[in-house]
Parts: sequence; C-alpha cells; structure tokens
Amino acid sequence: MLCDVCKCNDATVFLTQIIEGKMQKVNLCDACSKEKGVQDPTGFALADLLLGIGAAEEIEKGVATQRCPVCGFTQADFKKTGRLGCSACYATFTEALTALLKAMHKGTSHVGKVPQRAHRAVELSDRMRDLNESLQKAVAEENYETAASLRDQIKQLEGESTR
Amino acid sequence: MKFSNLMSNSGEWLRGEGPHHQIVVSSRVRLARNLRNRAFPGHAKKAERTAVLDMVKPCVERLSEMQDSFSEFLQDLSAVEKQVLVERHLISREHAAKGAGSAVIMNRRQTLSIMINEEDHLRMQSMRSGLQLKQAFKLLDKIDSALEGELEFAYDGRLGYLTACPTNVGTGMRASAMLHLPGLVLSELINQVVQAVSKIGLAVRGFYGEGTEAMGNLFQISNQTTLGEKEDEIITRLTKVIETIIQKEHDARQVLIQKRSNTLWDQIGRAYGVLTYAHAMSSKEALNLLSIIKLGIDLGAFPEDKRLAIDELFIDTQPAHLQRSSQQKLSADERDHLRAQIIRTRLKVLPKPDISKLAKEASNGSSSEPTGQ
Repeated sequence: MLCDVCKCNDATVFLTQIIEGKMQKVNLCDACSKEKGVQDPTGFALADLLLGIGAAEEIEKGVATQRCPVCGFTQADFKKTGRLGCSACYATFTEALTALLKAMHKGTSHVGKVPQRAHRAVELSDRMRDLNESLQKAVAEENYETAASLRDQIKQLEGESTR
Repeated sequence: MKFSNLMSNSGEWLRGEGPHHQIVVSSRVRLARNLRNRAFPGHAKKAERTAVLDMVKPCVERLSEMQDSFSEFLQDLSAVEKQVLVERHLISREHAAKGAGSAVIMNRRQTLSIMINEEDHLRMQSMRSGLQLKQAFKLLDKIDSALEGELEFAYDGRLGYLTACPTNVGTGMRASAMLHLPGLVLSELINQVVQAVSKIGLAVRGFYGEGTEAMGNLFQISNQTTLGEKEDEIITRLTKVIETIIQKEHDARQVLIQKRSNTLWDQIGRAYGVLTYAHAMSSKEALNLLSIIKLGIDLGAFPEDKRLAIDELFIDTQPAHLQRSSQQKLSADERDHLRAQIIRTRLKVLPKPDISKLAKEASNGSSSEPTGQ
C-alpha cells in the first residue's frame, strides 16, 4: 500500500480517526508521518479535522512556508494551535480558510453589524474613485487647472484615510 | 471598586427575575473584537499585549456604563479571586489562567464584563436573569459602538469582525442561555433534546461552558456559527428554540406529576433530607440536590419566597466561594464539610416539603385530559 501523501513510498503508519461520527483512514510512509507530525496526535488531528486530508496535501505543496507579513504567523502555527496570529492572517491564508469557514459556518459572507469606521472607509474609497476618474478626464481634456485642484483633493483624502 | 465590594453584591443576573426565570436561569451575549493589524493575544509578545492593554483599558473605563466599575489587572488578582469570578461566570476559565498583560473590567451590577487580552483583544459580555437575550445584546451593541469610535477594530468587508479563532469570525457573537431542566433529565428525555438542538447548529454544554459536564440539571445552549447570519437573526432563532425547550420541560414536569408522582416526591424528599442532615457534600452532589429543591419550589412543594436563598446556594457552595468565605486554605475534605454546614444553616428556614398541592394536581390530572405529550 502506498503512502497517501507522497504516493511513492510504502505506507507504514496507518491512522484511523473518528471525526464527527465518520471514520477517516490515512496511510502514511515513515517520512511523511514524521513530516506531518503524526507523532503529535493533537496537532495532526487538528489539521485533519480543520483542513481535511486533501487540503493538508495542497498546503504541503508550498503554502506551508507562507508567512503573514504583519505578524509572521505560518500555516504550520495555525495547524498547531487552531488560532490565527493577527487580523491580517485572514488575507494571507485566505485559500485554506475559505474551505474551512464554509464547512464551519452557515454562510461565507458577513451579513451582520458593520462598524461606522468601515462605512467611512467605503465612503472614502468611493470618493477617491470619483476624484481619480475626474482627474483622468481633466488630464485628457488638457484642463490642467482643474487637474491640479483634483490632485490636491486626492492628496488630502489620502491623508485622511491613513489617519 | 474593591473586590470585596463587588462580592457584597450577588449580581443582577443571579436574582431569579425576568421572563421564564423558573427555567431560564440567565441569558448572556458576548462579542469578540480585535484591533486591526495587531497580533492576537495568543501570538503577541508580552510588550505587544501590554501595548494593546494600555490602549484599550482606558477606553473601556471611560464608558458611561463603567463609571462605578471593578477594574483589575489579572496579575493583581489572587488565584481564589479569579476562580470566584469564574464561578460567577464573570470571566472565562481561559481568562483566569492569564497573568500580566490581561485585565477585566465589570460594572457594579455585574451585568457587563469586559475581558482584555483573553483569546481576542476584547471579549465583552452582557448578562441578564431570565430569558432576555435581546436586551443583553442591545446593551452590548451600544458598548461596542461606543468603543468603535475610539478603537479601530479588525473588520473585513466580506468576513466581518476578524477573530483569533475562525469559529468566531463574522459577528464575533455568542449568545447563550443557562437552562434548568430537571423535568427532562428525570424523564430521560434530555438526550433527545440535546441531539435535536445539536442538529440545528446550536450547541449544548454543561454548567461551566465548553467541555464541562452537566451538573445540577443545568445546561447552556448557544449558537454555534457566527458567519452568514445577522446578530438579531441568531438571537431570534436561539430564543425560539429555547422557548420550545421551556415548553418541553413544562410538559415533562406535568407528565412526571401525573404518571410518576411517587418518584418525584421521593426525589424531593430525599434531596431535602440529605441537604438538611448531611455533614459532608461534594460540589456536584450539592448542585444536583439543590436542583431538585429548586424544582420543588417551582412545583409548590416549598414556599416561593425561599427561591433566592436556594439560587444563592448554587453559587455560594462552589469551591472558590467556600475558600473565600472561610478566609483560609481548605482541603477538599474540609470544603465538603464547610459546604454541608453552610447548606444546613441556610436551609433551616426551609420548611419540610409540602406535597399536598402536588397530590391535588396529580389527582386532578388523572381525571382530566392528558397534557402535552
């Protein structure tokens, strides 16, 4: 029997877990079992439960080394703790999280409360888009006086949004 | 406010008021919030946690609801004090394990408690007695909006409020109610109810939340999912399910009175006997027997005006509460003795069970239409 992960070596570790009433079997070779941390059953069970066998394989192909640019968290850290490092991790690990959230929740998009600040951010980005469009139009029409004034407004708005 | 001042007040949510208070002990709603682009507490270094705490704590203390508040760093609370707060459900067990870099702030009425640097930067909860999830949420929503003016919360247009654990992402809201269901337990219908509730995406847990066993016939029921549903929809759905369970509990009690009155009276009599004469009692035994006395009050076997005394015993006989009242370190055996002593003393005011009212209902019931089931 071949290893489910690398599909080249003979499987030597046979793992059976009951997850939410369903039996899941995984056959691993010695190298893959060590790499996947089967020796640490809690870590493995969590990865399996959260991401599924297929997902874990996908991650192995390269995403595992990905680090959150804000907090330095890795996919491996997530597998271990079941928690994320910071709010930016949601963007960093979006691929892995999408399937997970879908399985976990009623829907995939938030429909509840929106903070006022987010309202403002949307307003700002809308205004920014309008100004940019006007600016391009002014430049195209060689209306440089208007363009200069628009450019100043955009600069001011940028200042506001970073505050 | 000092810890002793906080303790002199039993907390509004424990008062046994509010709609359906006989069965719904309390309602609570919590919101998880985090600051944008700051490492979550579990991943943050000590300096980062302290920086978040220094930024958040003053904002929380400035809230108008927190004018007369109890505000403390976790490292300044003793192990017993932390445990007392856990037993009153004012902080989580997870938060009690925290030290430097975390804090808790709660109002005098103990209807609002805000943990800083628990699993998320902010865990805010609002508690009410009886079935009042909507009211609890309303207060919390107001607090959240006030804080949002000063702090930039991690929020994503698609995923909503971003939390350390993906199970909380979206609304960041967990609404729950603590139900007292001795009728369903005695008639062995509780497993059916638990299973049915689990199937519709709600969770049932024991007295102290996740991973705790059901004691004193108390069950916590809460929403499991937080993404893809509005806050008020979650609360409405949960409230409807709870109302159904309340009805099932009433039905179960009626059937017990009519079909198994001997068992019921035996249970009530034994609970009364053991509680008033025992000299050593574990916390679990105390809760289970007090639950039967509480049921006895609901059914008219004990006078209604003794309800508060019984409800208070549920909390006052918990290990850390005993430890604190004795002012010294107690072994488990000593605690069991002290627990039995406190119960004996307080139950002196409780008359023997009067089953005449129950007997009347039982005989009325046998000649009339069977109810419910």
